[in-house]
Amino acid sequence: MARSTSGNGRARTARLRRVLGTPAGSSAAVLLGIVALLAIFAPILWSSDASAIDTSSILQGPSARHWVGTNGLGQDVFYQVLVASRLSVGLALAATGIGVACGLLLGTAPLIVGRRAGRFITSVINIAVAFPALLLALFFAIIFGIGAQGALLAIGFASAPAFARLVRTLSASVAGLDYIAAARIAGVSRFRLLTRHVLPNIGETLIVNATMAAGDALLSFAGLSFLGLGVQPPSYDWGQLLNNGLQGIYTRPAAAIAPGVAVVVAGLAFNLFGEALAAGLGVSPQNITAGVLGRLRGALAASAARAAAAEPPPSARTVPADSVLVVSNLEVAFPGGVHPVRGISFAVRRGEAVGVVGESGSGKSLTALAVSRLLERPARVSATEVTLLGRDVLAEAGRGRAAGAMSDRGLRRFLGTKAGLVFQDPMTSFNPVKRVGAQLAEVAAVHHGLSRRQAGARAVDRLRAVRIPRPEHRARQFPHELSGGMRQRAMIGMAVMGEPALVIADEPTTALDVTVQRQVLRLLKSIQADGDMALLFISHDITVVGQVCDRVLVMYAGKIVENLPVGQLTDASHPYTRALLAAVPSMETPRDRPLAVIPGRPADPANLPAGCAFAARCAFASDRCRAEDPPLVADLAGREVACWHVDAVLAGAPTAVAGAEALTADPESAGPAPISGEVA
Amino acid sequence: MMETPQAAAADSVLSRVAPANPGASASPWLRFAARRLGQLLVSALVLITASFLIIHLVPGDPVRAALGLDASQQLVDARRAALGLDNPLWLQYVDYLRNLFAGRFGTSITSGLPVSQVISQRLPFTLELAGYSFIVAVVVAVPLGLVLGVATRGGRRRGTELAFTSVSILLAAIPGFLLAVGLVYLFAVTLHWVPVAGESGFSSYLLPVASMAIGPAVVLARILRLEVIAALRADYVRTARAKRLPAWRIYLLHVLPNALTATLTICGLLLAAMIAGTVLVENVFAWPGLGSEIVASIIAKDYPVVQAIVLVYGTGVLLINLIVDVALALLDPRSTIRES
Amino acid sequence: MSELRFEQVTVRYGTGRHAHIAADGVDLVVPSGHVVGLVGESGSGKSTLARAAVGLVAPTAGKILLDGKPVPRRGRRPLQMVFQDPYASLDPRMTAGESIAEAIGRGAVAGRSARREEATRLTDLVGLPPGTVDRFPGELSGGQRQRVALARALAGRPDVIIADEITSALDVSTQGAVLNLVRELQRELSLSMLFISHNLAVVRYVADYVAVMYQGRIVEHGPAERVLLEPEQPYTRQLLAAVPRPGTRIDVTADGGDDERAAAVT
Repeated sequence: MARSTSGNGRARTARLRRVLGTPAGSSAAVLLGIVALLAIFAPILWSSDASAIDTSSILQGPSARHWVGTNGLGQDVFYQVLVASRLSVGLALAATGIGVACGLLLGTAPLIVGRRAGRFITSVINIAVAFPALLLALFFAIIFGIGAQGALLAIGFASAPAFARLVRTLSASVAGLDYIAAARIAGVSRFRLLTRHVLPNIGETLIVNATMAAGDALLSFAGLSFLGLGVQPPSYDWGQLLNNGLQGIYTRPAAAIAPGVAVVVAGLAFNLFGEALAAGLGVSPQNITAGVLGRLRGALAASAARAAAAEPPPSARTVPADSVLVVSNLEVAFPGGVHPVRGISFAVRRGEAVGVVGESGSGKSLTALAVSRLLERPARVSATEVTLLGRDVLAEAGRGRAAGAMSDRGLRRFLGTKAGLVFQDPMTSFNPVKRVGAQLAEVAAVHHGLSRRQAGARAVDRLRAVRIPRPEHRARQFPHELSGGMRQRAMIGMAVMGEPALVIADEPTTALDVTVQRQVLRLLKSIQADGDMALLFISHDITVVGQVCDRVLVMYAGKIVENLPVGQLTDASHPYTRALLAAVPSMETPRDRPLAVIPGRPADPANLPAGCAFAARCAFASDRCRAEDPPLVADLAGREVACWHVDAVLAGAPTAVAGAEALTADPESAGPAPISGEVA
Repeated sequence: MMETPQAAAADSVLSRVAPANPGASASPWLRFAARRLGQLLVSALVLITASFLIIHLVPGDPVRAALGLDASQQLVDARRAALGLDNPLWLQYVDYLRNLFAGRFGTSITSGLPVSQVISQRLPFTLELAGYSFIVAVVVAVPLGLVLGVATRGGRRRGTELAFTSVSILLAAIPGFLLAVGLVYLFAVTLHWVPVAGESGFSSYLLPVASMAIGPAVVLARILRLEVIAALRADYVRTARAKRLPAWRIYLLHVLPNALTATLTICGLLLAAMIAGTVLVENVFAWPGLGSEIVASIIAKDYPVVQAIVLVYGTGVLLINLIVDVALALLDPRSTIRES
Repeated sequence: MSELRFEQVTVRYGTGRHAHIAADGVDLVVPSGHVVGLVGESGSGKSTLARAAVGLVAPTAGKILLDGKPVPRRGRRPLQMVFQDPYASLDPRMTAGESIAEAIGRGAVAGRSARREEATRLTDLVGLPPGTVDRFPGELSGGQRQRVALARALAGRPDVIIADEITSALDVSTQGAVLNLVRELQRELSLSMLFISHNLAVVRYVADYVAVMYQGRIVEHGPAERVLLEPEQPYTRQLLAAVPRPGTRIDVTADGGDDERAAAVT
């Protein structure tokens, strides 16, 4: 499999290049290189200079001949610092080697030796890891004795538990992954599992940590030698030089500062390089917690420039008088030319339930977040109009186009009480360390100025309204003590604390079981009816949307491609809507035929074509579709569609028919749907 | 809550074992307390045994090594007998344990003084040094981490982020004792603002505490900043923003508690590392604490003193871990149940 | 061509008072050459049953038999599984071809080039273009990865395949193609299949027989048509009633008290 290894190799060199490309990475590499060169060549070049005894200049400060001064034997301290690099760095690397080797053995042993022995080893590691490495080193140093060898073993063994623990944690997390299970089921031996699957996948993290551990070992050695427990005279390393220098810190501070600087620089070189490696290889070193800034520039890579097609003018739409939410030409952009939402316009009336349907990449969730003003930099939100109950929502506080620009506080109160949000995952959407009741009460306390008791009572009342039994008891519980369905009900309760005019629900039942989903949907509808609220319901499940909503907006690649009443879904005029409906299996889908398939892959927001985004997958596509993006136009009363070939779609006459093998073959590998001439 | 299926599968894939149990909710606190105390006892026993074994693992004759080559054989034999080193090992162990619980730590080989006296004289100084340093580090790091986290979230203020990260990397790379040397040179020798060494009133605390606190403060601030940024991206913060709560409320009541909980373990590690760091820093400042004593004792091979100080340090570390675990359990309502 | 039989299989985690019983005395038969759909909600134990069958979890009690004999754990593994998460089921550091080749029995095909050929044949069988063997999982989409996972499961020439929620993580547009493929392969190779899913519509499409699990027990089983059209057990009825059907509405005015009557508000 020569090609695969070269592919792997290519990936590896690319990663290395990434590591060294950043300023931090290259400077760290340079620094480390200097340290390495010194360690290798300094003794060869300068050890005679370093050991030359000059009895005429004992214990002198810096001078032209001796840049850092001399020691008690008249030896030049500067050269000594240079020459000591080999011993210092060498010992540090050796100690790290011992630590890593022991750590690997101890950490992987439980995976091979079996349960009992494994548990024993793990508990030994856990106890040892509780003690700081320096104390362990001190302990081992006592036993192994004073001197370089003893210190080497001491520091080496002292760093083993931490490494073992790291290896154990990493391999446990990898071992839990499905591909390990799959290999196991396929009959792969435990040993091969370890060497072929587990170790390569944790290798990078280990290398990063080993690099930083080398830096730490260097410092530990300096410390031990400084105390007099490490390298003994006549050998000397930086720590010992430091010890000597400290004694004369009043009169000859340079002799103490110089080795100190050397230690710091070398330690820094290792640590910086380790961090650069981590950043470049995409690893988070275990001594910095996860949660490193998700650098959007990686995810939102720049793409090819879009053809400069003129944006269709915002349609002169008639907005119904009792509209709660009016959105006109909403756009969301990310740096790098990524446009996940490209000009959305719609309105939601009082008491109406509007569903937004789309697959991944359609931009439906971002629309919801943008409308509720929850998107922050680097996302850029712009629109001709986004008004809630007639008031401009997107404007900066204090500046507004629509009537009644609001202060920041006023805007917050307005949005906090008039718009309620329900998110997909109730477990992570609730603060895990605050009680449920308190999280609901917060809304009332902050926006309505209710006292704590009043707000708490209102929270309990809302929990009762969402049909949570024993609401007073539940209010005092934490989110993890509620079941998934109950959490989602509480989330809905929280959304309606302020009696909003609009509830925005982003995939509220996707994470729930089907029976629970039905209960939550019924609840949502009844709450909506009780409060005469408008509902904006976002989902990828068109069947659910059909059950809950009055109107459906179908989104594809950042645009609304169709807007129609739910009752007319079966007569949809956009090819994508029809394809979506056909592709979803239901309890009535005929079993004797293959399922319908939509060829091609979903649109990539970073790489959108000039014309209609669906053209590559559309059976009705023509050259016009690929060149010009159809605007969203009203076709029948209450309906809008963005397609050039509505008549053909309604007549059910596709220009291309998918071949039989296309129904089982991978649709994403196939080319665009073939066409047979332009349809006028 | 149940272990995730993946964690369960991890053990079972390779060791074919039914994973540990989730547990009903009956009295999780009691079971947590029992488990944790059990762990503490086992660790303490291991520590005591390790400390006991020091004198036996050292190659050669420890008493002869301590008293020197020209001490008379009589003296050496007398000291051996006094230390009970002629008894069988298990008897020595039992005696050791018994003496420990009675508070008798033995006698110093070199000075003849009771070890407990040495410890009681020196422990307060070490405690003060470590304690003050930790408090200073936390008081500096928490506001700094929070403010910086809020200010640099989502890629804002790249310049500030870069400056802070560079400075913090640099400061954290300098170990406490080197920082101490540098500070001594700057403030004591050159500027004469503070005494160079020894313990002599308030001003003599400044340099030792500073050199011990700076590194951990910077590490803590750095980690807290990252945790704050991660917390700001969490779903529950999005919910809080959706509820349009004022910014201060979101940061102090929603973000900070969660970010702090995540750093609590780090705080424990830092405090334990600080205890180890006192060994080095005390030697720079000739601070009359346990750290300077243990180094002198190691060099002088005065093993009873070494054993006792190792015990004291080890016990301190175990206590810190216990406090951190209890604090985590108290602060994070999910953790007790998750553990059991 | 083999029959998979679960006899009184019980899987219990933990001991004593705080034990959690994931599967409780399950009796289930997957007849040779047929597809049995296993449905249930979260916590019903269906995944546990799957893992017990392939040996990832040891049953506390009961037997799992293949053609009347215990499932062999050495040599050729006649029982293979396809997992739910297409992003976790392939080793990111091995090419698709390597992952598939690893599963080819050492006795069956020997030699590197022969194994590569076999891997290529399998990728072709699952409808992927020939170059896929040299690509890394990171370069493939979710649907493509599931196909590779399927090819890997087929590499060991299994008699029984267990599909654990294999389409739940896929987009609607790719789900259909994968299901079509599964159906076709099952028919062509006469595989016995245990198809696990929480999506009743998908199960109905694929399975000949259906078993319904609730809290570790099989509450109903039988031919798919019968179970799904004329359910006998109340839980099955509740489950079927909750499945969203196109063209229906959620009506809150009619039976508003429904939730109160439900056994427990979940």
